[in-house]
Amino acid sequence: MTIAEKILAAKSGRDSVAPGEIVDAYPDLVMSHTATWRSVSVMERVGATRLYDPNRLAIVLDHISPAKTEKYAADQQISRNFARKFGIQKFYDIDSGIAHLVLMEAGHVAPGDLIVGTDSHCTIYGSLGALGTGIGYTEVASVWITGKLWMKVPESVRIVLEGCFGPGVYAKDLMLHLIGKLGADGCTYNSVEFYGSVSRFSISERMTMANLAMEMGVKCAFIPPDESTAEYLRGRLAEDRAFRPGMFEKARADADAQYARHLEVDLSQLEPMVACPHEVENTKPVGEVAGTHIDQAFLGSCANAKYEDLVVAARILKGRRIHPGVRLIVTPGSKQIMLEAMNSGVLQTLLESGGMVTNPGCGACAGDGGMLADGEVCLSTANRNFLGRMGSNKSQIYLSSPATLAASAIRGAITDPREFLN
Amino acid sequence: MEPIIQGRVYKFGDNINSDIIIPGRYLIYIDRERLGQHAFEMLGEGFPDKLRNYEILVAGRNFGCGSAREQAATAIQGLGIKAVIACSFARTFYRNAINDGLPIVECPSLYSAVSEGDEIRIDLAKGLIQHQNSQYSFPSLPASVRQILELGGLAEYLKTQLK
Repeated sequence: MTIAEKILAAKSGRDSVAPGEIVDAYPDLVMSHTATWRSVSVMERVGATRLYDPNRLAIVLDHISPAKTEKYAADQQISRNFARKFGIQKFYDIDSGIAHLVLMEAGHVAPGDLIVGTDSHCTIYGSLGALGTGIGYTEVASVWITGKLWMKVPESVRIVLEGCFGPGVYAKDLMLHLIGKLGADGCTYNSVEFYGSVSRFSISERMTMANLAMEMGVKCAFIPPDESTAEYLRGRLAEDRAFRPGMFEKARADADAQYARHLEVDLSQLEPMVACPHEVENTKPVGEVAGTHIDQAFLGSCANAKYEDLVVAARILKGRRIHPGVRLIVTPGSKQIMLEAMNSGVLQTLLESGGMVTNPGCGACAGDGGMLADGEVCLSTANRNFLGRMGSNKSQIYLSSPATLAASAIRGAITDPREFLN
Repeated sequence: MEPIIQGRVYKFGDNINSDIIIPGRYLIYIDRERLGQHAFEMLGEGFPDKLRNYEILVAGRNFGCGSAREQAATAIQGLGIKAVIACSFARTFYRNAINDGLPIVECPSLYSAVSEGDEIRIDLAKGLIQHQNSQYSFPSLPASVRQILELGGLAEYLKTQLK
């Protein structure tokens, strides 16, 4: 079996499953973010008074935090009251950061887990070998109550990475390359497994990969757990699920696993990539769009606002000033990341270069501050550049790696980061 | 859910994402009426009101891609749209539509044959679409999933389970 088949079989109490089968699966964790109040309203509407297992719920208030209108405040109040009423231990308030990063940092995600949540980028949990996938708020309420949901077993795609990145090229560029090549529906309903050079990638880079895989339409994506995963998990996994080496087998494919497709990517051939408005699949090597004027640079989101991402940007910005025509908005992915960046001086570098730093959370990617006016252009490290996502429908969003973002913020126009690497 | 859906068609292209269907700033609502007022407004003048003259949306590949926001399906229903036919759907939209009680049909062969304003008739039980003198078949949903749709969505289905 592939990794997805193994996990879905385990969570539905079956010895084996095959692609196309529909199973009733019991997730280990149900994540809900700012949408939590909507699931609470469904519970009330259907008259449910009990949860299947309160320990399987995780709530993180990340999308619009702190509340910017009375309506958001009231919605957050519903979520807090719900968490209190049902004794939800994995409740993280507005100070914490982006749900995905917070839950992984806190040790609530382990290899072999099945995790569903009110966010399409739940695929990110595959960076640790967990099957993560997004669902709507009504379905989240349903899992809260019944403990299960129907899931179709996906076909799996095997992507083998060969070689190493050249200077200035990162996991973000690899994913933009793949999305451009395969299309926004290139892997619809597929589970994608990455092999080869990915074993040398940091957990942060793996998170970027599993996160961006969503933009090819995947149901889930996996980087099989290895020694780096073990290192990340040590000291993080909650006490009730102490780390055991054998747990990795639950998230490793069998030798005779069947794949619908095989792909290979030579990393040494990749260049820094940019996704152009208004679709992520509209990707180009940075050279083809270099010189495009930008008004705003957003260093944030669950795709690329991890500590490593801030470090990459800070290295380029150190001792330099951003272009006077650019607003650089830095939104660290989580409080832990912000603390680390504060202690290491990375935040200071970003501030001294002319940037502003906001509280951790989804920030401008979710339309919380950093809105764009008619005709404005934003370069963003996020995962979506859809029409009007950051404000006016006459604005434009480009996506890139943190390195390309930093170089571009200095020049005031999209710039190849390799010009700043010596 | 009505077993037979008849009406005029509005046609979209590929990759209509859920940010276009309902922008994130309106996710503070969950009711059909208010969401419908802002559906597709990012597409500019005339939207969404001009869609109120149609009953069925026909789209190309990957309809509903992007965010897992359930309100994409709710907003479409708020416009009075009775069904969406596409060459293919993104998986989160597909689930959300069923859970929201919005009938969805995958039928790639219809796409090039149909034009904006054409009248079509969908028979959900038989898996058939009638357009002018042609018929197009589509695979029917698994019985368990169809039951959710027939009851009007997952919340209504849950009510029956909790009785």
